[in-house]
Amino acid sequence: MIPAIVVFIYLAIVLYIGIFAFRRAKGKEQAEDYFLASRSLGPFVFLFSLFGTNMTAFAILGSSGHAFSNGIVTFGLMASSSGLIIPLSIFFIGTRVWALGKKHGFMTPVQMFRDRWECGHIGTVIFVVQAVLLVPYIIIGIMGGGTTLHTISGGLVPYWFGGAIVAMVVMSYVFFGGMRGTAWVNTFQTVLFLLFGAVALIVIGVGMGGFRTAAQSMLAAPALAPLLTRERISPLYFFSYTFIPLSAIAFPHILIFCLTARKMAQFKKTVIFYPICILAIWLPCVFLGVMANRVTDVPEIRAKQEARRVLATQGKTMTPEARDELREKAAGDDVIMLLLQRYAPFWLAGLLGAGIMAAVMASDSQILALSTMFTEDVFAFYGGKRRFGEGVQVQTGRIFIVLITMFAYAVALRAPETIFELAIQYAFSGYAALSPLLVAALFWKGSTKWGALAATVWTALAVITVAIFQHSVPAPAPGPATLVWSMGGVEVLTRTPGGTAVFGFMPVVPMVIVSALLMIVVSMLTKKPKDATIARYFVEAG
Amino acid sequence: MKRLLLFFAVIALYASHQDFWYWRTAHPLVFGFVPIGLFYHGCFSVAAALLMWMLVKFAWPSHLEDEIRESGNEEDGPK
Repeated sequence: MIPAIVVFIYLAIVLYIGIFAFRRAKGKEQAEDYFLASRSLGPFVFLFSLFGTNMTAFAILGSSGHAFSNGIVTFGLMASSSGLIIPLSIFFIGTRVWALGKKHGFMTPVQMFRDRWECGHIGTVIFVVQAVLLVPYIIIGIMGGGTTLHTISGGLVPYWFGGAIVAMVVMSYVFFGGMRGTAWVNTFQTVLFLLFGAVALIVIGVGMGGFRTAAQSMLAAPALAPLLTRERISPLYFFSYTFIPLSAIAFPHILIFCLTARKMAQFKKTVIFYPICILAIWLPCVFLGVMANRVTDVPEIRAKQEARRVLATQGKTMTPEARDELREKAAGDDVIMLLLQRYAPFWLAGLLGAGIMAAVMASDSQILALSTMFTEDVFAFYGGKRRFGEGVQVQTGRIFIVLITMFAYAVALRAPETIFELAIQYAFSGYAALSPLLVAALFWKGSTKWGALAATVWTALAVITVAIFQHSVPAPAPGPATLVWSMGGVEVLTRTPGGTAVFGFMPVVPMVIVSALLMIVVSMLTKKPKDATIARYFVEAG
Repeated sequence: MKRLLLFFAVIALYASHQDFWYWRTAHPLVFGFVPIGLFYHGCFSVAAALLMWMLVKFAWPSHLEDEIRESGNEEDGPK
């Protein structure tokens, strides 16, 4: 129970930071102050809050859980590719969006699209798709919170109650503190979970009697040795994953965060240190997730391994429901916390648990971003701000925060998927497919609103199709994928144990390529915005 | 010329992410416990940071900053 108490103290600190930010902003009921902290964040807060915003439950729980089942490949799949693609996209797109926001006063991506392509309702369509895709990300945070508190308290805090506490705390400081509170909390959280990786690695390594022995014994065990290589994942699948980090800059909460910097120079430190921050948090988590397979004296971990073994040996003869049940039992989202419980002293397990909570609670920015988008792209755009004033707009944003948190919590209680799968299959792929919109808006004078609409509708349809396909065709047992459609001996569509493959690639690859093609072809066939509008976006470099 | 070199550096680093040469082996174990595939991608992350430093140093879009100054929106302080 002691670790759980430490985590509750941490939650109280986070709540206080949010309320402190509220006091600091008292009297300023302006939308730009509440939603963008008056575009005034300094370099340190900007770097850590932007990084923290992008690191969710997924970074610690999902990564170690995925590594527990799939091995070291997890780091190359998501972390190192993100360490290149995300800072590159911030460098090329984030800086331009910041400059345009400063110049024209934009607060959301849709505001920029509406102005850039001279459109109204098409912007609303983009808003709807963005909002729907953002909700799973919020759910991840609440699920992670429930799992963390449940495990850290040794089962005393039930999952539903843990999720409710996390949802309440996040909702409160976002509600009161707005962007300023969220950025300060994120900075505090990022420092915590950057420390988490190194400390957890040392404590667990010492507890396990050193990693050399563990690594050698894994190599000697035929069932575990492949986890130290990447042979369980195909090179095509590995390549596909490099498309996923394209989603980061297309996520509205990241793009909106880019608008909060006081100076453009603040992007410099962010893009340089971003890969190092990813390395610092992901490498220990992935490594510990893999090493958890060597732990023999934690009954919960043994039960997961047994479920995995049964799935591999008898999965083919089981019903899809029985396979899904075993998959849930084998999922490793909580292995890192089980390791901490086993090897860290009580007080340290609590502090490290707080580090995990820090990552888990990154859904604050998504909640705030949704609220910003709703109040700016819908409420203000359709006349609410003009009729009721800016004060009412901010209050509407706050009410929206309460409603969206309650909705996400209700879904989190029912969602059966593991944290990792839920995030990847829907939100990440969808946003990656929306990234051509940003590139076209900022770098191609010939892009049009119809091209943007075509790419957006395609993204929505593709995400729905993948979801329906995966729901209708049950995941096979570990091993060969189920072939659904082939043409001339070429496997076009297959259902894999972890998802779907199109020509051997993850669906994100055709989704991004077709989205970009639609943007190009439809734009070439339709009328461009006025020259005066285009001129405001393309000032040549001197 | 500088920008062209940086462009190729970005492409080369992206291509080197697909390190098929360490696909099916854990050896050598760096420091006696880190599989080579994991170590390689750790080094890849450091290389990405270095590349970003070069981009900031040699290809920073300073014309955007100039544009803000010219448009009368001060960079310092809230808008």
